[in-house]
Amino acid sequence: MQHRLARFDRKVTPLLLIAPFFGLFVVFGAFPLLYTIWVSLHDWNLLDGDQGYRGLANYGELLTDPRFYNALANTVGIFLLAAVPEFLLALGIAALLDRPLRGATWWRTGILLPNVVSVVAIGLVFGQLFSRDYGVVNEVLGWFGVAPINWQATTWSSHVAVASMVLWRWTGYNALIYLSAMQAVPADLYEAAALDGASRWRTFWSITVPGIRPALAFTAIAGTVNGLQLFAEPQLFDAGGSGGTGGNDRQFQTLTMYLYEKGFTHFDAGYAAALTWVLFVICAVFALVNYRLVRRFVRAA
Amino acid sequence: MRARQRPGAWVYAVLVGVLGASVFPLYWSFVVSTRDNSAIGETSPLLLPGGHLFENVRRVFDTVDFWLAIGNSLIVSGTVMVSNVVLASLAGFAFARLRFRGRNTLFLLVVGSAMVPAQLGVIPLYLVIGDLGWYGRLEAVIVPGLVSAFSVFWMRQACENAISADLVDAATVDGCSVLRTYWHVAVPALRPQAAVLAMLTFMATWNDYFWPLVVLDPNETPTVQVALSQLASGYYTDYALMLTGATVGVLPVIVLFLLLGRYIVRGILKGAPV
Repeated sequence: MQHRLARFDRKVTPLLLIAPFFGLFVVFGAFPLLYTIWVSLHDWNLLDGDQGYRGLANYGELLTDPRFYNALANTVGIFLLAAVPEFLLALGIAALLDRPLRGATWWRTGILLPNVVSVVAIGLVFGQLFSRDYGVVNEVLGWFGVAPINWQATTWSSHVAVASMVLWRWTGYNALIYLSAMQAVPADLYEAAALDGASRWRTFWSITVPGIRPALAFTAIAGTVNGLQLFAEPQLFDAGGSGGTGGNDRQFQTLTMYLYEKGFTHFDAGYAAALTWVLFVICAVFALVNYRLVRRFVRAA
Repeated sequence: MRARQRPGAWVYAVLVGVLGASVFPLYWSFVVSTRDNSAIGETSPLLLPGGHLFENVRRVFDTVDFWLAIGNSLIVSGTVMVSNVVLASLAGFAFARLRFRGRNTLFLLVVGSAMVPAQLGVIPLYLVIGDLGWYGRLEAVIVPGLVSAFSVFWMRQACENAISADLVDAATVDGCSVLRTYWHVAVPALRPQAAVLAMLTFMATWNDYFWPLVVLDPNETPTVQVALSQLASGYYTDYALMLTGATVGVLPVIVLFLLLGRYIVRGILKGAPV
């Protein structure tokens, strides 16, 4: 009897232990995911519900919607503006942190600080830093004779400002991920390189960087997924001013902001559902491309 | 012979620059929060705080119900934190150290679900929450977050590193039940990594914005982030007000981070999800 009880325990208890995760996942994760497909095929009002089947009409509308392409271009533009310097900076910082520093923990903790600040606070603070009249950025540029820039007003300047928020938030975190991987690169590889008389620069590109490839791939994918979901920073960058449409001409409206506008201000749930699937496909494609790029970049180095 | 010699002064100089850039926006937020909004441009020198902090803080609490927001955020983040640690450590223990059918497939599902952007299900999730009658109620942000894929992944990794498989097997052979094994073998060994997960979860939930903005009532059930965004939607741009709110809202997380951040760093360095 006791034996059977023990066997029952060994077989069933593990499943009970993982059940809460999967229960919640089914109700609040998987089901909504599949349900999104269903909603996207309907004329669906967020408050009044299903208004009839539309087939692929929501997708058709989306693919001919200039505002969708505008949001897509903004999202990708901001992502690229942030991702490239972020990657190089994080790599450089990680390399510095990998050396035998005094107060190593202190430096490592300090660079992670931006990552724990809420995106809302970041949006508000950077909104002020980049404000036209009393912003620090214009003040500093003024020292060099640059006339005050109205950062919110044009596409490129607003993209630079929003990208700087992303850059500020994620560089330290990525540097720590790279550092973590750097510390696992076998020491004998470095010894061999030193025996061959390789310079530090050479050693870094041919041993360290290839050695942390999984970490690079991880940040490429995670960065893409985060970057394409960008919302709070641009939304609060011009808070009040344009009511969440990302500037007067939507010059910094991202895909998620457009999703919010369609779904939760116009209550067009069907259209918003179609938009989320398109967003998902874009995410997947971008993550794959980035992953490939990182791999090629690493191999070439 | 990797970098055996101590790094030169330039390394420290660069790091001081990086650290300065990390801290500056927060310091600036504090500076603005101590100034009179109408005099924001005139106050000089540029980087020194003024004397209006308490007045601004009072204005923040007058403009939005910040106490309510802080209370709500504490309830939400606290509940989500505790439940993630408990549920994820149970699931992580099962995935790392127990044998059962479909273990690897199910774990792949966990990892896969972590990669799906959160925004993807937001429209139907909103409808589901409506069916449950949770619009404008804290359940709407608590229950879907009770245990995340990231937490399960994190705790599985922690179990792999901290718990000896032999010990678990020996306990099983001795007739120790699974839950007793979890309690006596896993829980003591998991404490450090569980603490790091607790902090990460608390901060992530405290900082969460999109979903609370969508599903909560900004007047009746605001979280701190939702209340902050309300500060920004006034008729004219009151930077002193906004950044005072930002400073106050960021403070709990910063304090937590200053006290315990090095454990988070250690956690990332040891168990980074890569």
